Amino acid sequence: MGTRPEPVPMHAHAIDNLRYIRKTMERAGSFTAVPGIGGMLMGSTALVAAWIASHQASGFSWMAVWLGEALLALAIGIAGAELKSRRAKLALVSGPARKFVAGFSPAMIAGAVLTAVLFRAGHPEFLPGVWMLLYGAAVVSGGWASVWVVPVMGACFMAAGSAALWWTGIPNDAFLAAGFGGLHIIFGTVIAVKYGG
Amino acid sequence: MAGKNTARKERDISPAIGAATAPKLDRLVHERLRLGILSALSVNESLTFTELKKLLETTDGNLSVHARKLEEAGYVSCTKSFEGRVPRSDFKITAAGRKALERYLDHMEALIQAMREK
Repeated sequence: MGTRPEPVPMHAHAIDNLRYIRKTMERAGSFTAVPGIGGMLMGSTALVAAWIASHQASGFSWMAVWLGEALLALAIGIAGAELKSRRAKLALVSGPARKFVAGFSPAMIAGAVLTAVLFRAGHPEFLPGVWMLLYGAAVVSGGWASVWVVPVMGACFMAAGSAALWWTGIPNDAFLAAGFGGLHIIFGTVIAVKYGG
Repeated sequence: MAGKNTARKERDISPAIGAATAPKLDRLVHERLRLGILSALSVNESLTFTELKKLLETTDGNLSVHARKLEEAGYVSCTKSFEGRVPRSDFKITAAGRKALERYLDHMEALIQAMREK
């Protein structure tokens, strides 16, 4: 007579089921960790930042406004992604979010280095173009495995960044308002409506 | 009639633990493949039969049977059309299906929580 197999505890079965659900959702692929509502909010704060920055007299205070905006946008982005993941019952460090951060970070680090170098060298006029170009590159590589709208948004940022680098005569804050403000609001709305918040 | 009874039986079985107080476990969702179908559809606007089959690594027959059960319960909707001459079935999760999946997730989390507190 064979021995009876050990019964699987109920909670172990529940953990296994949750793991299966999460894996299936991740493999289904269309879940995007990029928060649409967060993007809309980031766009709105960027418009306010552009208005404040355009009234600054010195380069240092202009820079301080945009660095403050970058930190605020980062906080909004993380909080938005956390909320969205929680609503989808996925951990923030789940597949899509992890893939996004891994692809997103290198270009952002490059952007931080170039910001310091260009500002020190006395060329702040190139900063808006560099920021949008590298932010766009970060979004394209981070969002490559995500829904189509995320890499398209990145490509638009890259185009806006290239334009800003090309036409340096146009006020910096106008480019930044159109890019970080306008593009975030437009694509954030699309993501929020089509891909669950 | 027999089909209806089976569906009711599948929906209303309580788990052994905390049966008196815990909400009833939805057996329709509890089955692995059906759980997979609902999970995949919950993060997509719609998926075709072929996409679901590939994603869940299952057979035509298996997927048909389980998708039909979910459709009968009103958890998913299926739209049939033709792409050229090839028939195409598009599946979508319904509001009831989404609610059932959420309830099931809450149930699993509650079970884990209950065991941690013991």
